[in-house]
Amino acid sequence: MATEFHNLQELRQSASLANKVFIQRDYSEGTTCKFQTKFPSELETRIERSLFEDTVKTLNNYYAEAEKIGGQSYLEGCLACATAYLIFLCIETRYEKVLKKIAKYIQEQNEKIYAPRGLLITDPIERGMRVVEISIYEDRGSSGSSSSSSSVSGSTTR
Amino acid sequence: MRECEYSQISTRSSTPMETPYKKRTPKKRKWQLFPGRNKFYCDGRIMMAKQTGVFYLTLVLILATCGLFFTFDCPFLALQLTPVIPVIGGVLFLFVLGSLLRTSFSDPGVLPRATPDEAADLERQIDVANGTTGYRPPPRTKEVVINGQTVKLKYCFTCKIFRPPRASHCSLCDNCVERFDHHCPWVGNCVGRRNYRFFYMFILSLSFLTIFIFSFVITHIILESHRSGFLSALKESPASVLEVVVCFFSVWSIVGLSGFHTYLISSNQTTNEDIKGSWSSKRGKDNYNPYSYGNIVTNCCAALCGPLPPSLIDRRGFIQSGVPQIAPPANGIPMYGSTQSQQSHMVSESENERQPPPLSSSSKAPMVHHHFLTPEEMPSPPGMLPCGSPMGHSPMGHSPTVQAGFYNPASQDSLHEDSVRGLVKLSSV
Repeated sequence: MATEFHNLQELRQSASLANKVFIQRDYSEGTTCKFQTKFPSELETRIERSLFEDTVKTLNNYYAEAEKIGGQSYLEGCLACATAYLIFLCIETRYEKVLKKIAKYIQEQNEKIYAPRGLLITDPIERGMRVVEISIYEDRGSSGSSSSSSSVSGSTTR
Repeated sequence: MRECEYSQISTRSSTPMETPYKKRTPKKRKWQLFPGRNKFYCDGRIMMAKQTGVFYLTLVLILATCGLFFTFDCPFLALQLTPVIPVIGGVLFLFVLGSLLRTSFSDPGVLPRATPDEAADLERQIDVANGTTGYRPPPRTKEVVINGQTVKLKYCFTCKIFRPPRASHCSLCDNCVERFDHHCPWVGNCVGRRNYRFFYMFILSLSFLTIFIFSFVITHIILESHRSGFLSALKESPASVLEVVVCFFSVWSIVGLSGFHTYLISSNQTTNEDIKGSWSSKRGKDNYNPYSYGNIVTNCCAALCGPLPPSLIDRRGFIQSGVPQIAPPANGIPMYGSTQSQQSHMVSESENERQPPPLSSSSKAPMVHHHFLTPEEMPSPPGMLPCGSPMGHSPMGHSPTVQAGFYNPASQDSLHEDSVRGLVKLSSV
């Protein structure tokens, strides 16, 4: 039975990694960044389907916003070209701004929804935008095990 | 036990002069452990391919020709015609140089390799899909429908990922690159999603510059020969002859290349796709490019003015201890541990054993890398790779016994190596 974790710190200290689920990219609309909203079977006992789908859909919307080709991106591109791209020493690109928003959103989701259920979402940018990695933690009650050991070797801790 | 392990690691990573009990190890940046075959300069800010000789040639040609132009032709032209000429020439020259350096030094859109967990998960999925647990190799392709067109996604054995559409593995840099166009030796880097627009601006501005210099040097010679005769004009500025020769030969290739890339941009194709005829109607009646926006203007704008995605490899980030890193193939052998728990220890030890301190110049890496090539379009025929174990593929030629504890190298690699060599010859032309 998954126990309740009250915050992220507690999760990291008292739980050990049991499994990782990878949400792959959805390429049906081309090369734009979009993740599959299919609910993985490993999470069925852990989290409600609607919550998971909301998270993924919001992430997809954020990425779509970052990669949107429209007036603002053209303006940014032309301005950058005119200043020989030196302008990016001063300001952030739109993509980078959205990535920061995404990082904050993921942090918030982890704190509010996922950590209490023993799950942790890794920002896709840390995995080369290939996957959304969701780590599943089990409460072992032992603080000696390192967080990177799998459940196979976790039992060998003193 | 944990204390011993920890100090073991710190001893190996520290220099001989440091005390073995010093717990703090100098923090490494990610570029120092980058598994590809790139060279990094300025502490990871600059990223280039391994072979940069031709890039220096490009630089020398441009600098020399422009230098000669400004020194020998511009004074005459500025006096006789208008001083605007050197100004325009200067602007063009700076633009060319800027875009060249930008193309050469930036990350083309390299996809980082899969973490061991991801790779294991993918292997598991593939095994489940095929229902095999034996040594029959799975097909390793996935089909995806993009805007109504079926596209095959290939599995990259080196990077252990299914390549996104339009990505390709560069055998020279040993990386998967997003929206891979081609590897350009003249700029010393791959041309991919993140630097294609700089590459295009480089060749476009270089075309203008070449034509500019060519026409004004000819003008100079003609005006001079009106005054003092053709031969004495040539004798007075011999540099002009050199410039004309260089520009004459450059014009054909550069202008041709610019035209070709203009066509590619307007139809939203990559050089790779065009060469293979991926979207040509010759392949089938219903074959069309699913990435094209339909009209030329949108295609051009998307390619040149679209948002610039960030680099995915974070070369200047610090490596966090405890996070498993994929060790670079220091002796041509990639280290992919089988399980998570073993992997972190193994990798950190291997990092410290095999990692030559700072990997800033990959010229230190032995020539074993040449056996390690994975061609871009390597098909996955049956019988190629017995991939029963989740430890994955290890293409290498040398000292298979070094990694004997990890995987079964001999049988799978000899077959693979031959096919790799044969295919590499084709793709490296």
